[in-house]
Amino acid sequence: MTEAFRDRIDIALTVNGEPVEARVPAGRHLVDFLRLDLGLTGAHAGCEHGVCGACTIQVDGQAVRGCLMLAAQADGAEVWTLEGLTEQGVIRDLQDAFVARNALQCGYCTPGMLASIKELLDMGGVPDRATIREHLSGNYCRCTGYEAIIDAVETVAQARAGRITA
Amino acid sequence: MKALAGGYARAKDVAHALDLLAAADGMGRVLAGGQSLIAAMNMRLSTGDMLVDISRIEALRGVTVEGGTLRIGALTRHVDIGTDPLVAEHAPLLVQAVHHIAHAAIRNRGTIGGSLAHADPAAEFPACVLALGGTIHLQGPDGMRAVAAEDFFVDVFETAIAEGEILTAITLPLIEPGERHVLIETARRSGDYALAGLCLVKRAAGHRLSAFSVGPRPILAVAAMERLDAGDAAGAVQALRNEIDPPSDTQASAAYRRHLAGVLLTRALQDLTGETA
Ligand SMILES: Cc1cc2nc3c(=O)[nH]c(=O)nc-3n(C[C@H](O)[C@H](O)[C@H](O)COP(=O)(O)OP(=O)(O)OC[C@H]3O[C@@H](n4cnc5c(N)ncnc54)[C@H](O)[C@@H]3O)c2cc1C
Ligand code: FES
Ligand code: FES
Repeated sequence: MTEAFRDRIDIALTVNGEPVEARVPAGRHLVDFLRLDLGLTGAHAGCEHGVCGACTIQVDGQAVRGCLMLAAQADGAEVWTLEGLTEQGVIRDLQDAFVARNALQCGYCTPGMLASIKELLDMGGVPDRATIREHLSGNYCRCTGYEAIIDAVETVAQARAGRITA
Repeated sequence: MKALAGGYARAKDVAHALDLLAAADGMGRVLAGGQSLIAAMNMRLSTGDMLVDISRIEALRGVTVEGGTLRIGALTRHVDIGTDPLVAEHAPLLVQAVHHIAHAAIRNRGTIGGSLAHADPAAEFPACVLALGGTIHLQGPDGMRAVAAEDFFVDVFETAIAEGEILTAITLPLIEPGERHVLIETARRSGDYALAGLCLVKRAAGHRLSAFSVGPRPILAVAAMERLDAGDAAGAVQALRNEIDPPSDTQASAAYRRHLAGVLLTRALQDLTGETA
């Protein structure tokens, strides 16, 4: 192998606010790194080709597919998973609304849903149902039929805008 | 499944990336947004790649107006194309395209250069650049060269990019007064690749029409363009249906795609003139 290429890469990043240093195989994607190396099993590995959205996490403030980013590419990044977001309490209202509306059954899609929804809600305003649907078009749920999820997002957006008390 | 990469290196700048590609002995593979490449690696459609990660080369990112053209850096992400004011002014076609490309989380990392280099026949950006008459800029060990969009797309996933070269930017003509752009497509679900789609550009000099997902690469529908310039909408629909040779697959039959392309052209023309169907 050429000197410049490595099959194991040293990375330093923060995960859920904690500094992490590791040596990762070149082909290791970020979700496997989080789940298998760090034991953070919140983000799920479903299809592993970008279709299902179960692996969606927050990297440098944006929602990304954890299965379509290499751990090696996360060097220097700020990564948040459901565990950290929950601990920080930043999506407490959304999580409560999910429970209240029955917006999850098996829960497989939920961590990815929440990461995608967080990005939408962080944009501010009250998105209409079509916008919510469109934003979640890349997150598959095989249980709920989506309506309850849209309801939950709409409720939280309205509550955050001060339109209703959740 | 799990990806098998041969190795990974992060390029500091374009010169470094070119050195890395040259050192990789034919196994080098540019990694930009990774939204197609890492998916292919996970499915083991691509194994043993020596990955040259260009995603942190800042010089390849961003949009400027330079020398009478709109210049879009290869690493400009889909999400940024969708919100950039210069793109909105000069290439609204690309903004329309962004809404059809994949999903928000994928648009946050996917790049326009990656989309053109990947050359999926169903992708929106290649067809846009073709309809707009854009130019693709490449840099390799022997220097830089510019390739017209008409000559860039060769076949399914195949472009004019030579071994060891990197796509650095796309340039597009600045918009002229009264110029109109319409992108229209049909997909089964929001964010899916299109079953068929069209990019229609109307300029003082005439119409330009490209079609995607109806052949091995985006095509410029020259016969239909000629009919449109003559003001013959029905003739254009017929000409378009005649000049495409769409594939049949699990998503749609060739006959359905051909029919759809004509329907889409009728709708695009209504859009252009502001009439409703
Ligand atoms: C679920 C899903 C749905 C999608 N739907 C759509 C859709 O509807 N429409 C659409 O257009 N796209 C779609 N995409 C693809 C997406 O737009 C990708 O971002 C894009 O095709 C590739 O860009 P990238 O930057 O991620 O490239 P990468 O994945 O990093 O690279 C793709 C290929 O291009 C090469 N390459 C990349 N950049 C360069 C460069 N600068 N110079 C030379 N070679 C380069 C790589 O070596 C690789 O072979 C979808 C992807 C997914 C996962
Ligand atoms: S596991 Fe990443 S999108 Fe399905
Ligand atoms: S709750 Fe089961 S997949 Fe969504």
